[in-house]
Amino acid sequence: MSEQPQPDHRIFVSYIDKSREYYLAQGYGNPYRWAHHRDAPFCPLTRPVRESRLGLITTASIVEGDAEPEPFSLPRVVFSAPADPPPERLYTMHRSWDKEATHTDDLDSFFPIHRLQEAVRAGRLGSLSPRFYGAPTEYSQRKTREIDAPEILRLCREDAVDIAMLVPL
Amino acid sequence: MSLVARHLEQAGIPTVIVGSARDIVEQCGVPRFLFSDFPLGNPCGVPYDVEMQSAIVSMALDLLESARFPRTTVQTPFHWPNDAWRVNFMRVEGQDPEMLRRLGEERRAQQERRRIRDQ
Repeated sequence: MSEQPQPDHRIFVSYIDKSREYYLAQGYGNPYRWAHHRDAPFCPLTRPVRESRLGLITTASIVEGDAEPEPFSLPRVVFSAPADPPPERLYTMHRSWDKEATHTDDLDSFFPIHRLQEAVRAGRLGSLSPRFYGAPTEYSQRKTREIDAPEILRLCREDAVDIAMLVPL
Repeated sequence: MSLVARHLEQAGIPTVIVGSARDIVEQCGVPRFLFSDFPLGNPCGVPYDVEMQSAIVSMALDLLESARFPRTTVQTPFHWPNDAWRVNFMRVEGQDPEMLRRLGEERRAQQERRRIRDQ
Protein backbone atom coordinates (compact mmCIF):
# COMPACT_ATOMS: atom_id res chain seq x y z
CA MET A 1 0.00 0.00 0.00
CA SER A 2 1.46 3.38 -0.96
CA GLU A 3 1.42 6.25 1.52
CA GLN A 4 -1.03 9.01 0.64
CA PRO A 5 -0.79 12.70 1.52
CA GLN A 6 -2.83 13.56 4.61
CA PRO A 7 -5.31 16.30 3.75
CA ASP A 8 -7.13 18.59 6.21
CA HIS A 9 -10.53 17.96 4.56
CA ARG A 10 -12.56 14.88 3.73
CA ILE A 11 -11.50 13.07 0.60
CA PHE A 12 -14.87 12.00 -0.72
CA VAL A 13 -16.88 14.79 -2.29
CA SER A 14 -19.84 16.21 -0.40
CA TYR A 15 -22.50 16.86 -3.00
CA ILE A 16 -24.75 18.40 -0.39
CA ASP A 17 -22.12 21.07 0.29
CA LYS A 18 -21.09 21.47 -3.33
CA SER A 19 -24.57 21.84 -4.78
CA ARG A 20 -25.63 24.26 -2.03
CA GLU A 21 -22.71 26.61 -2.77
CA TYR A 22 -23.11 26.19 -6.53
CA TYR A 23 -26.81 27.00 -6.67
CA LEU A 24 -26.46 29.86 -4.19
CA ALA A 25 -23.85 31.32 -6.57
CA GLN A 26 -26.37 30.83 -9.39
CA GLY A 27 -28.87 33.02 -7.58
CA TYR A 28 -31.15 30.37 -6.10
CA GLY A 29 -32.34 31.57 -2.72
CA ASN A 30 -33.33 28.45 -0.82
CA PRO A 31 -30.85 25.62 -0.44
CA TYR A 32 -32.30 22.19 -1.19
CA ARG A 33 -33.44 20.24 1.86
CA TRP A 34 -32.05 16.74 1.42
CA ALA A 35 -33.90 13.68 2.64
CA HIS A 36 -32.66 12.62 6.06
CA HIS A 37 -33.81 9.69 8.19
CA ARG A 38 -32.56 8.52 11.53
CA ASP A 39 -33.53 4.95 10.76
CA ALA A 40 -33.31 2.78 7.65
CA PRO A 41 -35.39 -0.30 6.81
CA PHE A 42 -33.78 -3.69 6.44
CA CYS A 43 -35.11 -6.89 4.96
CA PRO A 44 -32.84 -9.96 4.88
CA LEU A 45 -32.75 -12.10 1.75
CA THR A 46 -35.16 -15.00 1.82
CA ARG A 47 -33.13 -17.03 -0.69
CA PRO A 48 -29.58 -16.80 -2.04
CA VAL A 49 -28.75 -14.41 -4.88
CA ARG A 50 -28.06 -17.38 -7.16
CA GLU A 51 -31.75 -18.32 -6.86
CA SER A 52 -33.15 -14.76 -6.94
CA ARG A 53 -34.62 -12.63 -9.69
CA LEU A 54 -33.08 -9.15 -9.82
CA GLY A 55 -34.71 -5.91 -10.97
CA LEU A 56 -32.40 -3.17 -12.25
CA ILE A 57 -33.52 0.43 -11.65
CA THR A 58 -31.98 3.48 -13.32
CA THR A 59 -32.39 7.27 -13.28
CA ALA A 60 -31.61 7.40 -17.03
CA SER A 61 -34.38 7.60 -19.64
CA ILE A 62 -35.40 5.97 -22.88
CA VAL A 63 -35.52 8.07 -26.04
CA GLU A 64 -36.26 7.08 -29.62
CA GLY A 65 -33.23 6.30 -31.80
CA ASP A 66 -30.55 8.98 -31.72
CA ALA A 67 -32.86 11.73 -30.46
CA GLU A 68 -31.22 14.41 -28.31
CA PRO A 69 -34.15 15.99 -26.48
CA GLU A 70 -33.89 19.20 -24.51
CA PRO A 71 -32.93 18.29 -20.95
CA PHE A 72 -36.11 19.71 -19.44
CA SER A 73 -38.48 18.38 -22.10
CA LEU A 74 -38.74 14.71 -21.07
CA PRO A 75 -41.76 13.46 -19.15
CA ARG A 76 -40.96 12.81 -15.50
CA VAL A 77 -42.62 9.47 -14.99
CA VAL A 78 -41.70 5.97 -13.91
CA PHE A 79 -41.28 3.59 -16.85
CA SER A 80 -40.42 -0.02 -17.56
CA ALA A 81 -38.93 -1.58 -20.69
CA PRO A 82 -37.75 -5.03 -21.85
CA ALA A 83 -34.38 -6.01 -20.41
CA ASP A 84 -33.64 -8.59 -23.09
CA PRO A 85 -32.42 -7.55 -25.53
CA PRO A 86 -31.05 -4.63 -23.52
CA PRO A 87 -31.57 -1.08 -24.80
CA GLU A 88 -28.79 0.06 -27.09
CA ARG A 89 -28.54 3.38 -25.29
CA LEU A 90 -30.15 5.33 -22.48
CA TYR A 91 -30.47 9.10 -22.33
CA THR A 92 -28.64 10.76 -19.43
CA MET A 93 -28.09 14.42 -20.32
CA HIS A 94 -31.04 15.58 -18.20
CA ARG A 95 -29.38 14.25 -15.04
CA SER A 96 -26.78 16.05 -12.97
CA TRP A 97 -23.53 14.13 -13.43
CA ASP A 98 -19.98 15.21 -14.15
CA LYS A 99 -20.14 15.92 -17.87
CA GLU A 100 -16.61 17.36 -17.89
CA ALA A 101 -14.83 14.49 -16.16
CA THR A 102 -16.49 11.59 -17.94
CA HIS A 103 -19.18 10.38 -20.36
CA THR A 104 -22.01 7.83 -20.42
CA ASP A 105 -21.36 6.32 -23.87
CA ASP A 106 -20.79 2.92 -22.27
CA LEU A 107 -24.15 1.73 -20.95
CA ASP A 108 -22.58 -0.66 -18.45
CA SER A 109 -20.74 2.15 -16.67
CA PHE A 110 -24.09 3.22 -15.15
CA PHE A 111 -26.54 0.49 -16.20
CA PRO A 112 -24.71 -2.83 -15.82
CA ILE A 113 -27.16 -4.93 -17.77
CA HIS A 114 -24.57 -6.94 -19.73
CA ARG A 115 -22.51 -7.54 -16.58
CA LEU A 116 -25.66 -8.83 -14.84
CA GLN A 117 -26.49 -11.09 -17.78
CA GLU A 118 -22.98 -12.51 -17.44
CA ALA A 119 -23.58 -13.07 -13.72
CA VAL A 120 -26.71 -15.05 -14.61
CA ARG A 121 -24.79 -17.15 -17.15
CA ALA A 122 -22.07 -17.78 -14.55
CA GLY A 123 -24.67 -19.01 -12.05
CA ARG A 124 -23.94 -16.14 -9.62
CA LEU A 125 -27.40 -14.60 -10.06
CA GLY A 126 -30.66 -16.52 -10.53
CA SER A 127 -32.24 -14.42 -13.23
CA LEU A 128 -32.90 -10.90 -14.41
CA SER A 129 -36.39 -9.48 -14.38
CA PRO A 130 -37.84 -9.45 -17.93
CA ARG A 131 -38.10 -5.66 -17.59
CA PHE A 132 -35.90 -2.94 -16.16
CA TYR A 133 -37.28 0.17 -14.50
CA GLY A 134 -36.73 3.91 -14.67
CA ALA A 135 -37.34 6.33 -11.80
CA PRO A 136 -36.96 10.05 -12.46
CA THR A 137 -34.78 12.17 -10.17
CA GLU A 138 -37.29 14.46 -8.52
CA TYR A 139 -36.93 17.73 -6.65
CA SER A 140 -40.09 16.79 -4.77
CA GLN A 141 -39.42 14.03 -2.24
CA ARG A 142 -43.16 13.81 -1.73
CA LYS A 143 -43.67 12.84 -5.39
CA THR A 144 -40.95 10.18 -5.11
CA ARG A 145 -42.41 8.77 -1.90
CA GLU A 146 -46.09 8.89 -2.81
CA ILE A 147 -46.15 8.33 -6.59
CA ASP A 148 -42.89 7.05 -8.09
CA ALA A 149 -41.69 4.61 -5.41
CA PRO A 150 -45.09 2.84 -5.11
CA GLU A 151 -45.22 2.55 -8.92
CA ILE A 152 -41.74 0.98 -9.04
CA LEU A 153 -42.85 -1.44 -6.32
CA ARG A 154 -45.98 -2.33 -8.29
CA LEU A 155 -43.92 -3.08 -11.42
CA CYS A 156 -41.39 -5.14 -9.45
CA ARG A 157 -44.17 -7.20 -7.91
CA GLU A 158 -45.77 -7.72 -11.32
CA ASP A 159 -42.45 -9.19 -12.49
CA ALA A 160 -41.92 -11.26 -9.32
CA VAL A 161 -38.67 -9.43 -8.51
CA ASP A 162 -36.89 -10.80 -5.42
CA ILE A 163 -34.03 -8.29 -5.11
CA ALA A 164 -33.35 -4.85 -6.60
CA MET A 165 -30.22 -3.02 -7.73
CA LEU A 166 -30.66 0.73 -7.94
CA VAL A 167 -28.09 2.79 -9.81
CA PRO A 168 -28.50 6.56 -9.69
CA LEU A 169 -26.35 8.53 -12.14
CA MET B 1 -33.28 6.78 -5.69
CA SER B 2 -32.54 6.29 -1.98
CA LEU B 3 -36.21 6.90 -1.21
CA VAL B 4 -37.20 4.24 -3.75
CA ALA B 5 -34.78 1.77 -2.16
CA ARG B 6 -36.31 2.44 1.27
CA HIS B 7 -39.80 1.93 -0.13
CA LEU B 8 -38.93 -1.41 -1.79
CA GLU B 9 -37.10 -2.63 1.28
CA GLN B 10 -40.04 -1.77 3.53
CA ALA B 11 -42.26 -3.78 1.21
CA GLY B 12 -40.01 -6.85 1.49
CA ILE B 13 -37.70 -6.50 -1.55
CA PRO B 14 -34.03 -6.35 -0.44
CA THR B 15 -32.11 -3.59 -2.25
CA VAL B 16 -28.60 -2.45 -2.99
CA ILE B 17 -27.68 1.00 -4.29
CA VAL B 18 -24.56 1.41 -6.42
CA GLY B 19 -23.65 5.08 -6.42
CA SER B 20 -21.09 7.86 -6.09
CA ALA B 21 -22.89 10.56 -4.07
CA ARG B 22 -21.97 9.14 -0.71
CA ASP B 23 -23.25 11.92 1.52
CA ILE B 24 -26.65 12.13 -0.18
CA VAL B 25 -27.28 8.38 0.01
CA GLU B 26 -25.99 7.95 3.57
CA GLN B 27 -27.85 10.97 4.88
CA CYS B 28 -31.10 9.60 3.47
CA GLY B 29 -30.33 6.24 5.04
CA VAL B 30 -30.53 3.10 2.91
CA PRO B 31 -30.20 -0.62 3.67
CA ARG B 32 -27.13 -1.42 1.53
CA PHE B 33 -24.86 0.95 -0.38
CA LEU B 34 -21.90 0.14 -2.61
CA PHE B 35 -19.90 3.36 -2.90
CA SER B 36 -17.80 4.08 -6.00
CA ASP B 37 -15.52 7.03 -5.28
CA PHE B 38 -15.79 8.24 -8.88
CA PRO B 39 -17.13 11.38 -10.55
CA LEU B 40 -20.91 11.21 -10.90
CA GLY B 41 -21.94 9.30 -14.03
CA ASN B 42 -20.10 5.95 -13.90
CA PRO B 43 -20.87 4.30 -10.55
CA CYS B 44 -20.61 0.82 -12.14
CA GLY B 45 -17.06 1.34 -13.40
CA VAL B 46 -14.85 3.22 -15.81
CA PRO B 47 -16.39 3.17 -19.32
CA TYR B 48 -15.37 0.09 -21.30
CA ASP B 49 -13.44 -1.43 -18.37
CA VAL B 50 -15.37 -4.70 -18.41
CA GLU B 51 -13.23 -6.32 -15.75
CA MET B 52 -13.83 -3.49 -13.28
CA GLN B 53 -17.56 -3.42 -14.07
CA SER B 54 -17.81 -7.17 -13.43
CA ALA B 55 -16.02 -6.76 -10.11
CA ILE B 56 -18.36 -3.93 -9.04
CA VAL B 57 -21.49 -5.88 -9.97
CA SER B 58 -20.11 -8.87 -8.10
CA MET B 59 -19.46 -6.72 -5.00
CA ALA B 60 -23.02 -5.39 -5.17
CA LEU B 61 -24.43 -8.93 -5.32
CA ASP B 62 -22.15 -9.97 -2.42
CA LEU B 63 -23.39 -7.00 -0.39
CA LEU B 64 -27.00 -8.10 -0.84
CA GLU B 65 -26.11 -11.35 0.88
CA SER B 66 -23.52 -10.22 3.41
CA ALA B 67 -25.15 -7.16 5.00
CA ARG B 68 -26.64 -7.90 8.41
CA PHE B 69 -27.78 -4.39 9.34
CA PRO B 70 -29.21 -1.35 7.53
CA ARG B 71 -26.90 1.53 6.52
CA THR B 72 -24.20 -0.94 5.48
CA THR B 73 -21.79 0.90 3.18
CA VAL B 74 -19.02 -0.87 1.31
CA GLN B 75 -16.52 1.05 -0.83
CA THR B 76 -15.08 -0.43 -4.02
CA PRO B 77 -11.28 -0.72 -4.17
CA PHE B 78 -11.10 1.24 -7.44
CA HIS B 79 -9.65 4.71 -8.04
CA TRP B 80 -10.41 7.17 -10.81
CA PRO B 81 -7.32 7.89 -12.92
CA ASN B 82 -7.07 11.44 -11.50
CA ASP B 83 -8.53 13.59 -8.70
CA ALA B 84 -9.17 16.85 -10.58
CA TRP B 85 -12.93 16.19 -10.72
CA ARG B 86 -13.21 16.45 -6.94
CA VAL B 87 -12.44 20.18 -7.17
CA ASN B 88 -13.73 21.01 -10.63
CA PHE B 89 -17.30 19.69 -10.43
CA MET B 90 -19.76 22.47 -9.51
CA ARG B 91 -16.80 24.68 -8.76
CA VAL B 92 -17.54 28.12 -7.34
CA GLU B 93 -14.17 29.25 -5.98
CA GLY B 94 -12.12 31.05 -8.60
CA GLN B 95 -15.03 31.14 -11.08
CA ASP B 96 -16.51 34.31 -12.58
CA PRO B 97 -19.53 35.15 -10.34
CA GLU B 98 -21.29 36.83 -13.26
CA MET B 99 -20.95 33.68 -15.37
CA LEU B 100 -22.46 31.58 -12.55
CA ARG B 101 -25.39 33.98 -12.17
CA ARG B 102 -26.00 33.81 -15.93
CA LEU B 103 -26.02 29.99 -15.81
CA GLY B 104 -28.58 30.23 -13.02
CA GLU B 105 -30.79 32.53 -15.09
CA GLU B 106 -30.70 30.15 -18.05
CA ARG B 107 -31.59 27.25 -15.78
CA ARG B 108 -34.47 29.15 -14.22
CA ALA B 109 -35.80 30.03 -17.68
CA GLN B 110 -35.74 26.32 -18.66
CA GLN B 111 -37.50 25.41 -15.42
CA GLU B 112 -40.14 28.04 -16.03
CA ARG B 113 -40.80 26.69 -19.54
CA ARG B 114 -41.24 23.24 -18.06
CA ARG B 115 -43.54 24.54 -15.32
CA ILE B 116 -45.79 26.20 -17.90
CA ARG B 117 -45.77 23.07 -20.07
CA ASP B 118 -46.69 20.82 -17.14
CA GLN B 119 -49.60 22.99 -15.98
